[in-house]
Amino acid sequence: MHTVPEHRHAQKRQVSERPVASGSASGDAELEIVPKSRLGARESVVADGIFRGIVVLCALAVLAIVGLIVFELVRESKLAMGKFGFSFLIKQIWDPVAEDFGALPFIYGTVVSSLLALVIAVPLSVGTALFLTELCPRAVRAVLSLLVELLAAIPSVIYGLWGIFVLSPFLRLHIQPFLGKYFGWTGLFTGPKYGWGMLAAGVILAIMILPIIASITREVITAVPRVQREAALALGATKWEMLRMSVLRNARPGIFGATILGLGRALGETMAVTMVIGNRPEIVKSLFAPGHTLASVIANEFAEATSAAYFSALVEMGLVLFVVTLIVNALASLLVWSITRGMPARTLA
Amino acid sequence: MPRPLHTISLRRRLSNWTALGLITLAAIVVTLPLFLIFATVVYRGIGQLSWAFLTQIPRGPGEEGGGMANAIVGSIMLLGFASVIGVPLGIGAGVFLAEYGRNKWGNIVRFTADVLNGVPSIVIGLTAYALVVVVQRHFSMLAGSVALGIMMIPTISRTTEEVLLLVPQSIREAALGLGIPKWRTILSVVLRTASAGIVTSIMLAFARIAGETAPLMFTAFGNQYWSLSLNQPTGALPLQIFSYAVMPYDQAHAQAWTGALVLITIIMFTVILFRFIASRGAIKGAS
Repeated sequence: MHTVPEHRHAQKRQVSERPVASGSASGDAELEIVPKSRLGARESVVADGIFRGIVVLCALAVLAIVGLIVFELVRESKLAMGKFGFSFLIKQIWDPVAEDFGALPFIYGTVVSSLLALVIAVPLSVGTALFLTELCPRAVRAVLSLLVELLAAIPSVIYGLWGIFVLSPFLRLHIQPFLGKYFGWTGLFTGPKYGWGMLAAGVILAIMILPIIASITREVITAVPRVQREAALALGATKWEMLRMSVLRNARPGIFGATILGLGRALGETMAVTMVIGNRPEIVKSLFAPGHTLASVIANEFAEATSAAYFSALVEMGLVLFVVTLIVNALASLLVWSITRGMPARTLA
Repeated sequence: MPRPLHTISLRRRLSNWTALGLITLAAIVVTLPLFLIFATVVYRGIGQLSWAFLTQIPRGPGEEGGGMANAIVGSIMLLGFASVIGVPLGIGAGVFLAEYGRNKWGNIVRFTADVLNGVPSIVIGLTAYALVVVVQRHFSMLAGSVALGIMMIPTISRTTEEVLLLVPQSIREAALGLGIPKWRTILSVVLRTASAGIVTSIMLAFARIAGETAPLMFTAFGNQYWSLSLNQPTGALPLQIFSYAVMPYDQAHAQAWTGALVLITIIMFTVILFRFIASRGAIKGAS
């Protein structure tokens, strides 16, 4: 007696989901169950066409905007490309007076500050995600996830403001002396202690990318099948062993994807970084030293770029930034998608 | 048979508790900056907050008094014009993805929207500069609105798509079965059902662009005086905070903190309102 309604229910659902599931080229063919003649008025067919046209135009606008971004960046940076060629990417010189430009210090600063941010942010956000999904009491979970979400909503200029007046003095007085004393031998923590500099930029970036890494990691962890956990626990694993063996191992590609997505955010972050990094185009091993990034140099010098070559060099930096973030983000989406596509809640795409 | 806990070796128990302790610690450490930032913004910002701050324009650098009224109004206008560009395009693209985009073309648009979402805001600023400022030959509110509007599109379209897909297929079929044409079905039935969800998507996009500074630096540019013209450079709250923060005067710093307090209040209000609407159910009558 119990099986009949359930069977009927399953059948009904299958029917109702059919138009979504079969994503053929003629996506709306299935919806026209009613014969066209019954719809009667020819106008409705025309109106359907017009509506569809408008919606398609909106979608084309998205493609056009990305196309325009690429087109404008390439067009405006042609001059610099022609003048400096490939050496632009590997030169260390930045001399607006002599109009000689190389992007290497900025690429270095972007990569180092972002990697530093990942080193700090990834363990913390994976920990937070595990806590939220596996350990946290239900009442705390809602509050904590709201807090993490609010962290994501703070504007970057406020992070920068906080970075200048709170974080930098704190690093100078408490963290940098400690690091210099015990880890100075690595060469990473030497030189004058200003507070601001590469280290401060890394810390600020870490705080800024925490929410995105944590929320995606959480999604990925939730996607790990329950039976995996139960199997580990049934074999006598402790909670941590269960998390390590069945949850983290299964979620690893997704966590990697979340990390890369965080990297994409960190690479392009502008305001907070430019306010604390010190804005000096030098390659120095010590993390106490000031640096510069692709995004921060555009923000700082764009308004004063008077000569054509200077302007073009800055746009080319924008192009480099665009291409790098594009690759990084595509890689990340692919990884996250490969994990969460099996989720019942997300039958899309 | 379940094994009693005490037979688990000390090493395993120890590593279990250490790991769980570290995980809990990580969660605590993550919330710490949030409290610190909020506390500092309120503590340092509240002192200068006054009626004058909200109604007057800035005085000269380092001078006492003055406010950010022009920047607050400028920000609101920028957000308004950005929405004029971003909201219709975003919703339109979202409708395409959900209703017509279950195929190869949909995947291309979906991927492109994700790419646009990942483009650094400063690069969008560069593009708006090349598109509008270079053509107009001067900075303007229009250029700033274009930059912010572009940034709204991917957020709104992807969220709209998700919300539209939550609308049960049976509702669409019921409308079509009554002989209502597809366009009417989408406008009056599907979008109507999902309206709360779409409103949240707009607010999400709003919260995202309200604090953006980088794309405005060489588009809206900033202005120390009143300017309500779409054709003129305009002040914006994040720009004003930035320029005060890097000035060497204590008075300017104090004003930057107050500006931050105003900005953060606006954004948090939006986000919490968004959470409230979302928790009320993104879809009316879905079940």
